[in-house]
Amino acid sequence: MVEKEKNIIKVQGTVKETLPNASFKVELEGGVEILAHVSGKMRMRYIRILPGDVVEMEISPYDPSKGRIIWRHK
Amino acid sequence: MITFKSPDDFKKMSKAGKVVKNIHEEIHSIAKVGTNLLELDLIAKKIIDSSGCKSNFFGYRGYPSYICASPNNVIVHGIPTKYSLKDGDILSIDVGAVFEGVHADAAVTYGIGEISSDAEKLLEVTKSALMESIKLVKSGQRLGTIGSLIESIGEKNSYGVVKEYIGHGIGFEMHEDPQVPNYGKKGTGFKLKKGMAICIEPMFNLGTSQTFVDTDGWTVKTKDGSISAHFEHTIGITSEGVEVFTSNDL
Repeated sequence: MVEKEKNIIKVQGTVKETLPNASFKVELEGGVEILAHVSGKMRMRYIRILPGDVVEMEISPYDPSKGRIIWRHK
Repeated sequence: MITFKSPDDFKKMSKAGKVVKNIHEEIHSIAKVGTNLLELDLIAKKIIDSSGCKSNFFGYRGYPSYICASPNNVIVHGIPTKYSLKDGDILSIDVGAVFEGVHADAAVTYGIGEISSDAEKLLEVTKSALMESIKLVKSGQRLGTIGSLIESIGEKNSYGVVKEYIGHGIGFEMHEDPQVPNYGKKGTGFKLKKGMAICIEPMFNLGTSQTFVDTDGWTVKTKDGSISAHFEHTIGITSEGVEVFTSNDL
């Protein structure tokens, strides 16, 4: 049987704070706050992210305190 | 978790591998136009039950069968149904067995009746990706080198190389560490050592590499409906060298 690659977890959260270098403090559903940065794809398209936005992130199981924002919800 | 197998453990893996090989041979001889997939599952059940082995597929995370039967656009994990094979289909069979706690796992894809030349080539190339990558297996080899070779063979032929599903270590569980992806950067990645066993399983699609899981929660299909081939062997790095437990033509 084939293993599914399990290196990335997708989660949703609300942006709490803006930090320099396109980083943000994002609060997940469970109240946990993680440090997230904007993905290159979003930077390329000049997508703005502000506190209060709901975003989707990819988190590595090897370091669950950091995430990569891959989608901003409308 | 990575496990290291003793020579005794490898003997058991060899036994499990032989049973898996047996099942593949039987199924290959029975699978023809009109055969339905449930019949093939029954063959696997019969052989496993009478061989002193147990199935590591049946009941695995709730999986309901002894084999995965994946026709045409199904990449992997096709649950055997009443579907009857048609002329021109390609069929992937994946089966595993456990002997005294040690696992083996192998898969093969072949055509039913007369298949198109595109399908024929897909099968040949996918199989060669597995065979060529097996030649690279040795103590000290890096998984990135193996993955890079598989990926380059797939891309050279413009096939979609499946990246969401990967090979794996094997031993006292069917899926162990390390993860063995079908892509990578040469010279990087996990280093193989003596006592390890891995399953390399390239999956190439005629169209896109994108996959999706069907509503039954298991069947993985190509996003664009193109056909897919899958080959897998269980390979161990023993004290005598590299041994392919699920094949005897290497």
